[in-house]
Amino acid sequence: MTKQQANWSPYDNNGGSCVAIAGADYCVIAADTRMSTGYNILTREYSKICKLADKCVMASSGFQADVKALQKNLAARHLIYQHQHNKQMSCPAMAQLLSNTLYYKRFFPYYSFNVLGGLDNEGKGCVFTYDAVGSYEKVGYSSQGSGSTLITPFLDNQLKSPSPLLLPVQDAVTPLVEAEAIDLVKTVFASASERDIYTGDKVEIVVVNAAGIRREYMELRKD
Amino acid sequence: MSKSVIEVPPKGGFSFDLCKRNELLAKKGVNPPSFRKTGTTIVGLIFQDGVILGADTRATEGPIVCDKNCEKIHYMAPNIYCCGAGTAADTEAVTDMVSSQLQLHRYHTGRESRVVTALTLLKRHLFNYQGYVSAALVLGGVDVTGPHLHTIYPHGSTDTLPFATMGSGSLAAMAVFESKYKEGLTRNEGIELVTEAICSGIFNDLGSGSNVDVCVITKGGKEYLRNHLQPNPRTYTSTKGYSFPKKTEVLLTKIIPLKEKVEIIEGGDAMEE
Repeated sequence: MTKQQANWSPYDNNGGSCVAIAGADYCVIAADTRMSTGYNILTREYSKICKLADKCVMASSGFQADVKALQKNLAARHLIYQHQHNKQMSCPAMAQLLSNTLYYKRFFPYYSFNVLGGLDNEGKGCVFTYDAVGSYEKVGYSSQGSGSTLITPFLDNQLKSPSPLLLPVQDAVTPLVEAEAIDLVKTVFASASERDIYTGDKVEIVVVNAAGIRREYMELRKD
Repeated sequence: MSKSVIEVPPKGGFSFDLCKRNELLAKKGVNPPSFRKTGTTIVGLIFQDGVILGADTRATEGPIVCDKNCEKIHYMAPNIYCCGAGTAADTEAVTDMVSSQLQLHRYHTGRESRVVTALTLLKRHLFNYQGYVSAALVLGGVDVTGPHLHTIYPHGSTDTLPFATMGSGSLAAMAVFESKYKEGLTRNEGIELVTEAICSGIFNDLGSGSNVDVCVITKGGKEYLRNHLQPNPRTYTSTKGYSFPKKTEVLLTKIIPLKEKVEIIEGGDAMEE
């Protein structure tokens, strides 16, 4: 007697890739703008990036309905925090909030693969990477989504700090200048769009630094 | 000499002996490797002087593009070409096989091959394999009886049509054909319409992409326009370029000398001749 399987799934995968890179005094967060389902494109101009706080930006790929619900949830919690503490949430604080929010739904998860990027309390770039149920880690760079298997090896090659087994321990934050990091992000998305069918159309690049938050777009392959 | 040989049915065909074991493995999470499918948009239409075939050039393995510029328009005979969608190995194998059979038939009869001959050979083969040979084809050519265009489905059924599309992008391409096709198109009008239909597949279907291949077949001969249109160049190339560190970092060096396992005996028996 085999277990009865569900003939309907509450989840769907809308595809897409996200990347975040932390620098000494900046953080670059990027995601493509294509939303798809199966072999069809739903829209070429969907933003997967959401500003959660003044110096904290999240990019998420996966099931966009769950992503939207998660963003609303975090925005509401942030507003409450602002009322109670009379200040914006810092990036590390928001990182923990996101982790807890995701684990809260451990047994019916948000199908959302997130990268959180921003500046910490000292103004240094930080990136946090998550799985669908809230396991998180502070890293120097990260990639999630359908193109992540193509992007991560290249970022490892260019940005990876020497092994943590070697002493003295070196920081994962990249020594690259902001312009170089943006160049790297553009290259990485152009390459991912060549080989991943779910990545393409446009890439939205958000840069967080001391001056504030800046947004720019670059065209990608549309096929 | 291995004694365990997989039993092959005497008249050819597939052996389904391992299916049960594969099913058990799949339940345990060990899945068979995926096939390379072509995703694909392929089209054909009949115009004033003959037939025009078109295809995209993307081959996919699941969500990854494994070939950005593959050839989907296959040669069958000097006057017959065939576009293939479905499993790449199947379309290649079946078109090569029928192409050889047609050549032998030409030698035997001393005449130019006819499109219906290719059609019958293909459909008989595909029906024989009950749909397991996953090849969906658009066959087109011009012979003594005139221009012909056919679609062939993996199970072996065929249609004869004035315009046809197949593959995952077939709906996108058919939308263009249904809006703009008319009888008696000129060569340039035909090529433009085919290109437009393939582009529709390239941009709206994720399984199709890269470039447009076109093949024009008329009574006078054929014209294979490989990469007739290339609407998807690489969007960004870094000006400064990237360097790749030549070494992987060494964490630990440990050398274990291997012991000699072979004993050398002086003056043993001579080897048998």
